[in-house]
Amino acid sequence: MRSKSVKEIVDFCQEIFEDISFSKARQWKAAQPGRKVIGYMPVYVPREIIHAAGMLPLGVLGGGADMEVIHGDAYYQSYICRIPRSTIELAITGKLDFVDGMMFPSICDVIRNLSGIWQIMFKDKYVRYFDTPQNFKDEVGGVFYGNELRELKAGLEKLAGREITAAQINRSIAVYNENRAWVNKVYDYRAETPWNAPAAEVYLLMRAGMVLPVEEHTRLMKEYLLAAGAEQRPMRDNCRVTLIGTFCEQPPLNLIKSLEMAGCYIVDDDSMLVTRWLLEDVPSDGDPIENLSHAFLHHSAETAAKYEPNLEEKGNYMLESIRKRGADGVIFAAPSFCDPALLDQPMMVQRLEKAGIPYITMQYAENSGQMQPIREQAGTFADSIKLWSAS
Amino acid sequence: MSHQDVVKSQSQLLQKEMISRNYDRITSGESKVSSTFVPGNLNELLMCFDIANNLPEINAIQNAMRKKSGEMIASAERSGHSEDVCTYVKADIGMMEKGNIAPNGKPFPNPDMLLLSYTGCFTFLKWFELLREQYRCPTVMLHVPYAADGKPTQNMRDYIVKQLKEEVIPLMEQVSGIKFDIDRLREYLRKSALAEDDLVWMLEQSKRKPSPIDCYFGGVYYMGPIFTAFRGTDEAIDYYKMLRAEIEQRIELGLGAQTPEGEMPEEKYRLVVEGPPNWTSFREFWKMFYEMGAVVVASSYTKVGGVYDYDNFRHDPEHPLESLADYCLGVYTNRNLPTRVDMLARNVKEYEADGLLINSIKSCNSFSAGQLVMMREVEKLTGKPGAFIETDLVDPRYFSAANVKNRLESYFQMIDQKRRAGA
Ligand code: SF4
Ligand code: SF4
Repeated sequence: MRSKSVKEIVDFCQEIFEDISFSKARQWKAAQPGRKVIGYMPVYVPREIIHAAGMLPLGVLGGGADMEVIHGDAYYQSYICRIPRSTIELAITGKLDFVDGMMFPSICDVIRNLSGIWQIMFKDKYVRYFDTPQNFKDEVGGVFYGNELRELKAGLEKLAGREITAAQINRSIAVYNENRAWVNKVYDYRAETPWNAPAAEVYLLMRAGMVLPVEEHTRLMKEYLLAAGAEQRPMRDNCRVTLIGTFCEQPPLNLIKSLEMAGCYIVDDDSMLVTRWLLEDVPSDGDPIENLSHAFLHHSAETAAKYEPNLEEKGNYMLESIRKRGADGVIFAAPSFCDPALLDQPMMVQRLEKAGIPYITMQYAENSGQMQPIREQAGTFADSIKLWSAS
Repeated sequence: MSHQDVVKSQSQLLQKEMISRNYDRITSGESKVSSTFVPGNLNELLMCFDIANNLPEINAIQNAMRKKSGEMIASAERSGHSEDVCTYVKADIGMMEKGNIAPNGKPFPNPDMLLLSYTGCFTFLKWFELLREQYRCPTVMLHVPYAADGKPTQNMRDYIVKQLKEEVIPLMEQVSGIKFDIDRLREYLRKSALAEDDLVWMLEQSKRKPSPIDCYFGGVYYMGPIFTAFRGTDEAIDYYKMLRAEIEQRIELGLGAQTPEGEMPEEKYRLVVEGPPNWTSFREFWKMFYEMGAVVVASSYTKVGGVYDYDNFRHDPEHPLESLADYCLGVYTNRNLPTRVDMLARNVKEYEADGLLINSIKSCNSFSAGQLVMMREVEKLTGKPGAFIETDLVDPRYFSAANVKNRLESYFQMIDQKRRAGA
């Protein structure tokens, strides 16, 4: 079989990205009677359990840059970020009508309250507010989280009309371990040769993973790496940055493109953290609930929505990512009105200043249109980094 | 009207004295001090260790009412905080930057511990992480899960109790050098429940016509002791007894709600209010209501530090830690939207209100996200019109008196029309 070109793969992903009716997920559901789809919002849900129930986990990340929000503004005041209003818009315009249930992770009060809006407006759907522990001791947070996972499993069993066995979850854990490994390979590859894996492409590739069945997404990443490796693209004199703050409401694709065009290779980011939230393989034997819980407590990523019990550890995850991916600086890009991202930022900034790592800050909404100021800001930043490293 | 002429009852004077006594204790340097939040405030537990309770939200309110919060917020924004985030946090950080002076004019000592009771608001987490950067003092997280399905589960309760036993109490022991005595806690909880009984009695008096109290503007004063450093004390019991006697007297005399300018002349409109008040123009805001003859008969803000009427929760000395857990789980902002809607709709019906007014706060996603849907639901359930105004807690830039007044006037006109149509 002929291997696919980068363009073919990226076009395919772009089409998925632009399709706010989620045709791919609809097709998956229609292919077999009885199939069910569970939507989830950022940051993290254990997709393994949904997969083990024979259901499709569908990442819902708002309506994007181009969707016109007509009704959503009647649901949200102007001083609330955009993702809940465009997500509501998706729902009331029927774009999510095929979704059998929604999961709302404990990330902030906006997503939390959106779970209640769903309870009020879509009474026939399964709604799960998914709480993860802020206490990371096995016998405290671990016990709580284990029980929450069991409750989630029971809810999905009811919806599926069948039991979800440990063996099934273990198989799904293995499938997601593989997916995560390839996600990490893509990220590593981009960090090594960012000119060959532009951020916008990697972004689209990961977005496809929000919609496609996980096995297909893994295949797609393999194909992408193969195709990207076969095409040598010109290396530009760009600086290397980590992008922080995009863990929930998504930046417009144009923003990501603009940053690179302005001279900043993005070598790490915190977008779609669900794809790499767990930092190590989860054992695919034994008690899967305990294993998933253990992975969350002891080997999971950091983000503004997660408590860091140890002051000395705060920010180390970011510093380690900067070191590992060889970033020269950080771009903080936070959604407007996002308390978690914007309140975390000064603490992160302080650590960067201490470490002498340059940074800039900017705000966006998923539908921000004007990229000129962002290009200028990023361009100046790139120049200053180059100047700084040359001196 | 100058501050001197403001009409104050005995209970208000007592309350004022209690609050200033607490500030004196905090600033005296003689007690260990913990900072914590109003929702999920574990005052009885702190008392078991003789730790003074400092509440940054209350400090922000005090500063706003003294017109100082604006410059504090500006200072925090200058030092890198976004304009978009919760202004309580910025008022607190700005206060630190300006020398951390308590309302009694003395400097706040650095807290000995931060009790991050993570109840009903995600911003609390960032707030105390920010304070921890500054104070570098022991910080303990008490994660209170969100009662997303309307009722807390046993798993949630067990999780909180375990955190109390394994995280919170050990740190309090370490900070204070005092060993935990569960019987001491029981005794305080018994006292809490006594005060809570009178508090609920008070809340329910606004079912009367005219209502002898205002349950929002007046309510924030009435809630003061139980929401802050006095739940579990004899003083709180005495305060609520005194308040009860005052209200009983008002009922006997057939008086309406008390305002800063004396008795409310005529009760024309009865409202249920959702959301916190604006603090920077609190008096002006309140005045708009009583001048138009509107009294607030129930409000969700008076449930933010604990819900005692809706499902009759009381602190329970027989199950001390479990009842602290239930208390935290039950605070208003820790309840899901359908429950909040049910509470408000029931209030509108049971208190025979003309409708629900939402004061939507720019700062506060915990309250504000979803309020437009809540308003429509409550309208649907009660058949009474709702109205929506927008202000902020402590940022004076977001209080537009003209807009609020216009909105209120047209709301009252709408109520009049509805009445005429119904008559
Ligand atoms: S963008 Fe920020 S504030 Fe908005 S829903 Fe996401 S985490 Fe919450
Ligand atoms: S977001 Fe709301 S509940 Fe949270 S700290 Fe700010 S004002 Fe308080």
